[in-house]
Amino acid sequence: MAAPVIRVRGLKTRFGQQVVHDGVDLDVSKGEVIGLVGGSGTGKSVLLREIVGLMVPSAGKIEVLGKDTENLSESERLSLQARWGMLFQDGALFSSLTVLENIKVPLKEHTKLPPDLIDEIARVKVAMVGLPPDAGDKYPSQLSGGMRKRAGLARALAMDPEILFLDEPTAGLDPIGAAAFDELIGSLQKSLGLTVFMVTHDLDSLYAICDRIAVLVDKKLVIGTIDELLRQEHPWIRDYFHGPRGRAASAAKGS
Amino acid sequence: MQTGTLSANWEENQFVLAASGRWDIASAERLGPMLRDRMPGRKGAPVCLDLSGLTALDTAGALLLDRLIKRLRGQGHVVAVVGARSDLCALLKDVQRAAAGAEPKNPAPAERRPAFPLADRVGRATIGIWQDILSMLNFLGLVTVTAARLLRTPNRIRLKPLFFHLEQVGLNALPIVGLLSFLIGIVLAYQGADQLRRFGAEIYVVNLLGIGVLREIGILMTSIIVAGRSGSAFTAQIGTMKVNQEVDAMRTLGLDPVEMLVLPRMLALLIALPLIGFFANMVALAGGAVMAYVYLDINFGQFARQLQIAVSTTTLFVGLIKAPVFAVVIALVGCYEGLRVSGSAESVGLLTTRSVVVSIFLVIVLDAIFSILFSYIGI
Ligand SMILES: Nc1ncnc2c1ncn2[C@@H]1O[C@H](COP(=O)(O)OP(=O)(O)OP(=O)(O)O)[C@@H](O)[C@H]1O
Ligand SMILES: [Mg+2]
Repeated sequence: MAAPVIRVRGLKTRFGQQVVHDGVDLDVSKGEVIGLVGGSGTGKSVLLREIVGLMVPSAGKIEVLGKDTENLSESERLSLQARWGMLFQDGALFSSLTVLENIKVPLKEHTKLPPDLIDEIARVKVAMVGLPPDAGDKYPSQLSGGMRKRAGLARALAMDPEILFLDEPTAGLDPIGAAAFDELIGSLQKSLGLTVFMVTHDLDSLYAICDRIAVLVDKKLVIGTIDELLRQEHPWIRDYFHGPRGRAASAAKGS
Repeated sequence: MQTGTLSANWEENQFVLAASGRWDIASAERLGPMLRDRMPGRKGAPVCLDLSGLTALDTAGALLLDRLIKRLRGQGHVVAVVGARSDLCALLKDVQRAAAGAEPKNPAPAERRPAFPLADRVGRATIGIWQDILSMLNFLGLVTVTAARLLRTPNRIRLKPLFFHLEQVGLNALPIVGLLSFLIGIVLAYQGADQLRRFGAEIYVVNLLGIGVLREIGILMTSIIVAGRSGSAFTAQIGTMKVNQEVDAMRTLGLDPVEMLVLPRMLALLIALPLIGFFANMVALAGGAVMAYVYLDINFGQFARQLQIAVSTTTLFVGLIKAPVFAVVIALVGCYEGLRVSGSAESVGLLTTRSVVVSIFLVIVLDAIFSILFSYIGI
């Protein structure tokens, strides 16, 4: 088997007295779509930030695309960053740039494409994430919450990255938009061999596109396919997948 | 990994374009010119776009294919797309659909060019200034009304933020204000002494210092430093809260932003500025005294005696009476610009700059008005 795209070993995170992760292990192979779930405040966003190198874990080892994210030279970090895209939980768009300009930032930074092609790519991304064309010329403060999320996704997709990190991509989207988003991720994943690592509470997304699911409980990860997790005895996991919403999503998938 | 290429050749009556390799964003730069070169010369010939060699496709690559197809069709060719893997084909379709929807429909109407651009700009700027003055006065009124309401229920005055801001704008400003005032005192004494020595009137350097510092320089310097230090901080703090929608949240919680944000800052500055001003006066005089001793051999006893002759409490009072007015102006401008911040981080920066410039401008203008006023009533 090829080396995993993301490899986490023995990761520990502490904020003062508070222990957030205590021995997290994770392997994500190429082309996989992994969903990360867990209660609020269990450290999903923190795990994501550590994997992309925005935060340094208290202990443990993280490798992305075969490179240790902690000891990278500046040039290695830049080339690695061009190969992944990240959607932040609250969008994190540049507030002084329009949506189109936001999407163009990585394209201008990492490629030497002619401006008209960059412009067209940016416009296509805007359309692909389901934003109306006129949204491209608006500033983030002029968008609705769901639109900001889509714009953030468009920026994350700008470079057609190999790995996509998504922090709650469908939160704040209407159900139709969320389904279209699942479809978009699915088609990109197939044609590009995209690896997707996403934090989500959207059970429909989990059923629709995730190959495996990682559950963050008791400061550790429990990983498996949906069917494996459905048989888990852990109370939180049981409640999660067998609760009313879990059953509804499962039924929707079955029909 | 094979980068994307496009090869062209004629098969019987058909022009075959074969795309192969990885058509992704990394190859897009090389593919651009290739697309332009590989064109069928013959008008209207059928074109077959063979995608069977394609190993990978991303949106940038799909967009290039879409452009190619559009260009060929635009030149009247019949284009048949064959051999694409089904997943790549799906992406191409997605991108084509997105690109069709993405075309800017009605480009923004061209700006009407004014006949006299200079006059136009001057006019707009003038109206802008006038509107600025009006809305600043409006804000002053709002703050006054809120303050008056608060005076009727003084137990609603929030002491904790008040003391916090007192420390920020008052106590923490002492080192820098002290240092600069001391230096100003030294410079004034030195320059004055140089001139006065020609007339053998060195001792009058004390009068110069006393009047100059107490009436004008001390409080003016202090106000300018505080405007740069605290006025800008007010704008940046309130502006960032505005960007994070904290101010809106306050309103929905039934809290008045003027009462919560503006009044504590203004009150703190109102208390602190006269005190820092007095401190600055004393330190500047001390600086002057040191210089007089070193340079002119005027000892501290002589200095104190001459100072007593030169100035009265009125001199001190005339200087310090300006402090509360300057405090109100600095706090008002700082908070007003902060509340005007909209949306972006950039506007926080712009308005912070503005706040400092406007408050220093107003402080100096008011100082001049005070001078005229005082000389008119003869003090
Ligand atoms: N910079 C920080 N300093 C201290 N504690 C932090 C910091 N960042 C996060 N935490 C703590 O770490 C824990 C995990 O936070 P995190 O944002 O990862 O939660 P989450 O699982 O993403 O939750 P949600 O589903 O609500 O987004 C929380 O208890 C939070 O208080
Ligand atoms: Mg989170």
